[in-house]
Amino acid sequence: MCLAIPVKVAELLDDDMARVTIDGVSKEVSIALVDGLRVGDYVVLHVGYALSRIEPEEAERTLALLREAGALAQGADA
Amino acid sequence: MKYVDEYRDGSLARAIASTIRAEARPDASYRFMEFCGGHTHAISRYGVEDLLPPNVRMIHGPGCPVCVLPIGRIDDAIRLASMADVTLCTYGDLMRVPASGGKSLLQAKARGADIRMVYSTLDAVRIAEVEPTRKVVFFAIGFETTTPPTAMAILAAERKGLNNFSIFCNHVLTPAAIQNILESPEVRSLGAIRIDGFIGPAHVSTVIGTRPYEFFAEEFRKPVVVAGFEPLDVMQAILMLVRQVNEGRAEVENEYIRAVSAEGNVKAQQIVSTIFELRDSFEWRGLGLVPFSALRLREKYGRFDAEKLFSIETAPAQDNPACECGAILRGVKRPVDCRLFGSVCTPETPMGSCMVSSEGACAAHWTYGRFRQHVSNRERAAQ
Repeated sequence: MCLAIPVKVAELLDDDMARVTIDGVSKEVSIALVDGLRVGDYVVLHVGYALSRIEPEEAERTLALLREAGALAQGADA
Repeated sequence: MKYVDEYRDGSLARAIASTIRAEARPDASYRFMEFCGGHTHAISRYGVEDLLPPNVRMIHGPGCPVCVLPIGRIDDAIRLASMADVTLCTYGDLMRVPASGGKSLLQAKARGADIRMVYSTLDAVRIAEVEPTRKVVFFAIGFETTTPPTAMAILAAERKGLNNFSIFCNHVLTPAAIQNILESPEVRSLGAIRIDGFIGPAHVSTVIGTRPYEFFAEEFRKPVVVAGFEPLDVMQAILMLVRQVNEGRAEVENEYIRAVSAEGNVKAQQIVSTIFELRDSFEWRGLGLVPFSALRLREKYGRFDAEKLFSIETAPAQDNPACECGAILRGVKRPVDCRLFGSVCTPETPMGSCMVSSEGACAAHWTYGRFRQHVSNRERAAQ
């Protein structure tokens, strides 16, 4: 139920709407709940509404932490 | 897909699993509850439990709104939809949920009720706009993730001056349910299960932020790690919980920093509190009456409140008495401990709430987990 997907903002439209794309599929959704979005931003989309902006730096930081957590084990196994 | 594929890397998942195995103390056991049905589904679908050492166990929580909606409310919705001038709009998840007497919305639709599946509340508002002679009721359910879209629909209907649009409100709150699991009187009668920490919801937290969980960390000394819904997010959250337990910490940590902040989506929170207020109490399927756990429309928006417009008085409806959902939702029992599981109760003919939605603990185990069990039984037999 609370599933949401990361989509890319492709075009800002009137009335707090935007056209977003994911894997070549595009859809018009509401961006009224998230201020200051720009074309190229990624947002978490849930039932037709963007709920939050995905922060690229934080995403990269999380991936670095994941790799670090994985690398720890390889060190321990060796 | 960006922000999805990189969090599903199998080899990295196995590497993080090795770290969890290395850091989980062999003389200790760890029991973590993933509150949210989205996590339950991810754990089953990606076989996360197979990667964990035997002393780290996941308990599936009640965070599936379809599962916890009481039968009486589905009965109400079917009654509404059966009125000649009513069009009931609903998310697809609710169509197959069993109501009293073997009914469902899907069956009511087949019998001619005007029930329409919508993707978004925007679609429901649009239907009201283009069909002014229909009384359009949106069957609103969900946790904090799904509440702002409902609030936005009411604001849109107000702006457009629609007088044929209303909401049948069943929105529920995550923190109240977590608290109920930790301290309700039923915990005593069902037997309490030890929970050493929680994986906090992903998308609920995009709206409410991580602050509401601080109460559980402080008051109940339980670590909470908010995590994304991808398998690597879940693995990392488990590692973070193991570390907190090992170090004797009970803090709120955020693994899902790419989409969740401490304060959450303040704009969405403000819109929700403009439209909705707390109910004193609300029934949860499997948990019973939970105080201050749900929302209703404020008096000011009463003209959009289907409960008032159609004088809905929800009648109590009984679950199958053999159903163990209450104990399963609290983590006291597992799906296989229920004698209905897999015999009369399957996703095609669900008896209880946990089998209803793909996010329910029983449905997830039926779809993915039972094969795992089959394999492990076979391996055991071969030894």
